[in-house]
Amino acid sequence: MNYASYIALIPLLPLAGFVILGLFGKKPFARSAGVIGTLLIFISTLLALYTAYQYFFVAGKQHGIYPAVKALEFTWLQFSPGLSIDMGLLIDPASVMMLVVVTFVSLMVHIFSIGYMKGEERLSTYYSFLGLFTFSMLGLVLSTNIFQIYIFWELVGVSSFLLIGFYYDRPAAVAAAKKAFIVTRFADLGFLIGILILAFYSGTLDFGTLIQRLTEPGSSALAQLKGYGFIGIPVFSWALALLFIGGAGKSAMFPLHIWLPDAMEGPTPVSALIHAATMVVAGVYLVARLYPVFVLDVPVLQLITWVGVISAFLAAVIACTQTDIKRVLAYSTISQIGYMLFALGLAGYTASLFHLFTHAFFKSLLFLGAGAVIHYIHTNEMGNMGGLRKYMPVTHITFLIACMAIAGIPPFAGFFSKEEILLTAWQNNQPVYYIALLTSGITAFYMFRLYFSIFWNKPLAHNHNHHGEGPWSMKFPLLVLALAAVVVGFIPFAHYISAGQQAAEHTIPISFSIAPVAMALAGIALAYMLYYKQNERPQKLATAMGGLYRLVRQKFYFDELYLFVTKKIIFNGIAKPAAWIDKHLVDGLMNGLGRATTGISERIKAWQSGSVQSYALYFFGGIVALAAVFIYWWTG
Amino acid sequence: MALDFLLLMKQELLITVIIFTLLLLKIGSDLSNAAVLNVANGLLLLNLLAGTVGNQTGALFNGMFFTSPLIVLEKNILSLGTLIVSLQSSSWLKKHEHVPEFYILLLCTLLGMYFMISAGNLLMFYVGLELSSIPLAAMANFDLAKRRSSEAAMKFILSSAFASGLLLFGISLVYGATGTLTFSEISSRLDGAPLQVFAFVLLLAGFAFKISIVPFHLWTADVYEGAPVAVTSWLSVISKGSVLFVFVSVLYTVFKPLAGAWYNMLFVLSMVTILIGNLFAIRQNNIKRFLAFSSIAQIGFILVGITGSSQPGTASVVYFVLIYVFSNLAAFGVVALVSSVTGREQVSDYKGFYKTNPVLSWVLTIALFSLAGVPPTAGFFGKFFLLMSGAGKGNYVLITVAALNMIISFYYYLRIVKAVFMDANEQPIERLAIPVYPKLAMFICVAGIIVTGLAGYVYDYIYSLSFGF
Repeated sequence: MNYASYIALIPLLPLAGFVILGLFGKKPFARSAGVIGTLLIFISTLLALYTAYQYFFVAGKQHGIYPAVKALEFTWLQFSPGLSIDMGLLIDPASVMMLVVVTFVSLMVHIFSIGYMKGEERLSTYYSFLGLFTFSMLGLVLSTNIFQIYIFWELVGVSSFLLIGFYYDRPAAVAAAKKAFIVTRFADLGFLIGILILAFYSGTLDFGTLIQRLTEPGSSALAQLKGYGFIGIPVFSWALALLFIGGAGKSAMFPLHIWLPDAMEGPTPVSALIHAATMVVAGVYLVARLYPVFVLDVPVLQLITWVGVISAFLAAVIACTQTDIKRVLAYSTISQIGYMLFALGLAGYTASLFHLFTHAFFKSLLFLGAGAVIHYIHTNEMGNMGGLRKYMPVTHITFLIACMAIAGIPPFAGFFSKEEILLTAWQNNQPVYYIALLTSGITAFYMFRLYFSIFWNKPLAHNHNHHGEGPWSMKFPLLVLALAAVVVGFIPFAHYISAGQQAAEHTIPISFSIAPVAMALAGIALAYMLYYKQNERPQKLATAMGGLYRLVRQKFYFDELYLFVTKKIIFNGIAKPAAWIDKHLVDGLMNGLGRATTGISERIKAWQSGSVQSYALYFFGGIVALAAVFIYWWTG
Repeated sequence: MALDFLLLMKQELLITVIIFTLLLLKIGSDLSNAAVLNVANGLLLLNLLAGTVGNQTGALFNGMFFTSPLIVLEKNILSLGTLIVSLQSSSWLKKHEHVPEFYILLLCTLLGMYFMISAGNLLMFYVGLELSSIPLAAMANFDLAKRRSSEAAMKFILSSAFASGLLLFGISLVYGATGTLTFSEISSRLDGAPLQVFAFVLLLAGFAFKISIVPFHLWTADVYEGAPVAVTSWLSVISKGSVLFVFVSVLYTVFKPLAGAWYNMLFVLSMVTILIGNLFAIRQNNIKRFLAFSSIAQIGFILVGITGSSQPGTASVVYFVLIYVFSNLAAFGVVALVSSVTGREQVSDYKGFYKTNPVLSWVLTIALFSLAGVPPTAGFFGKFFLLMSGAGKGNYVLITVAALNMIISFYYYLRIVKAVFMDANEQPIERLAIPVYPKLAMFICVAGIIVTGLAGYVYDYIYSLSFGF
């Protein structure tokens, strides 16, 4: 089976879009940028679907599993004889699934943007950035080794930086883009060190070889990794924890989540692509890629579980208090990714990826629906909305479907995947299960709070009825994604994607579903009581909660904490004194002395006042210190 | 013998011939500045091309002079950098009244670097080092009308003399301890006695001065700020690059017996250098001063790679210097052009630069991204390999500090990119015309930044020539 011929095209077509629209967007393609970009991604999507068909149905299983195939591989840089950096395309169940998700959602976003971004001056720039992002994400998904994934990981970061900061005349967008970049870079630092450690001990960067070398019985690499310790923790745990930190940064897990809500400053379709279906799940994908290695280290799995479940819970609580509809969705994304991660931590590989898969559809639907609402009403604030169901019937129905999917109401997609995750938690870790169960109730509550506030609640204050719901280019993706949100849950996911040798196909007992569905219904009922009609109850409730409400509404003061650490401690505590010493002690002291005592002209002062002497003094001091330390004390 | 002499020393001989040609040109003819620039650039190109022909290994003058394919490659990297600097400074030089002198000084320093790299003996090394520094002081003074320029020259020559004095002291101690100055013999007679370590510290300080390792870096910022941009870029890229080449080979071969001591020294120095360089760079508002401090931090990263003391160690250092030549010169090229036309050098002057000068903005951005180490620019691979080589020793404190500082450096490089693209400015720098030579230089640099990273054979080639222990 030779996939190479066309699989390479899947990422390359969006790249071609980036190059063409980036170079020639100004003149010939200024008007048709949307159509060109959409056409290219459309071909990519068809190829991705064809690949999935070929892989799952034509090639099929060998020895009970779907084999991992390297469709293409070449050595790119030979670092040293034992260690090379390769580039390639890896085809296995997880990557094929992601191929379909990324191209499909990207296609929907491309189509939606034709209507949404109409009249935008820099339309071709927008589409070229979308192409770059899609290319990077597809490259990430298809990576054969950790280094390749890292490169694309960074490229995804760069292109999302460009997209978040697309409205660069808005200071908030620029700040958000920068924040997203810096925070995720910080996490990537962990990723990078993790790669270095693993590469150093196992002597390979390739996923397959790495997994094989570490999991084979009596593995010497594993023994080494577990043997050496750093601050009392084995290097192996460090490496995996650092890799996970990289993933947690991209996936916006607590406490590295602070960039995601701000990133909502970007164009809304971009949020649907980056912050719902693709980039933010990269962390989950990374852990899933190296899942057999992570399984070898229980403490790190515990870490992943608890980071995941705490993120799921806290983000859901915060989402209840936000009034910007996109921010509600942002926190809901954090919460749902928390589900995926703790499922991975509890050995629910299939459940996690299943939720990733279904979540991609209904969450991008929610974002696009929010985009349609914002397009119609020109505001993000929930308080200015209400009663929109009459004006936006398509958006209303599709949004409702998505809300039910994320709340976990059968038979919508989210129900099936969430059940899987909850079952995993039930079987492996009961405390986590109860938190997750509670969270799913909260999820239903805040989603329907959003739904009722937008579409019911009060009649619209101003009638914005000067234009309709939006062109078909906007309604069509909503309908397609709504359809997906209904049907994808019925895919027998475990049959296709599983961690072990045999597919762990099982049916979930009906009785198990009662509690989660009841929780969800309770959440919806509460939201109905509070937000179906405009009333005093929400405000009273908020007042009654007092300080607690404020704490949650201020997102637990995470941003303030970070600001305090960076601004107050790092800038004032280190950088300022350092610059001060430079300016006043090194330059200033001697210069100032010279000025005060001699008062000779500026020219002579500059080289006679003594600053060169002081340089010499430091120079000599350096030598003495080095000699003293290394001759008498630290002889090695 | 005579043929050997010609072949092994071909680059040095050619440079000497070029120097004399320019001297005769100065005395004997009345060429316009533009013509001199054409001739000089042509000769530099010739020098670069000649360097790529033939690759002998051999020694001359009883081992005083030594050459190998790696050394030839290193010299070629310097020649390439020289050509780029020369192309970039053409708009500044065109207005200058002493163009041939500038080139003569420049080539004298280049000749000194060649000899230094090829040195097989500490005396030879010292002579090369001096030949490469003394003309630099005159070059720093080349903005003849500006007082800051002469101040920079003065500071440079004084600091340099001080460093040389201590270096000579170190050399004499080495001689006292081992009874020889020949590299190959020194290494066999070293055993780690305190006197030898002290002698080594003095030599290290001499190197550290040239490549501005903290705390031997203090002259850097003042000199960089005062000197003409062309000289600043020459100092920060070519001059440092040449010393780094020698530094690696001296550490790996001559001072191999003291590896235990110098590993720990480099461990400390590299962390301090990265940290101080970064912390100062964050706060700089003059763009030349900013590049100066950020280049100090870059040197710290190179030291991390050197600690690897393996074949990848050498390879990653040479590879990084090549990338550094492209990236830093691209950044300096833009700064030089802006400074020579408008005289503006503050970071805040670059606000809204993209609106008026999109091409220059992109060049600057690519260069800064490469310096910061953002994939897929070459700088990313360079840094990654340096860290990888350093990680080979299993010192995770060092790697963590270095990687952490990559993020900090990211912040301040991004600050400039943000000013260029996103900040509004009432009075942006006006639209600049880019003359042919600087345009060519920028093209070479940007192509270099992209190709060096993406084409695997560049690193493979360097690796195949490298050595370690």
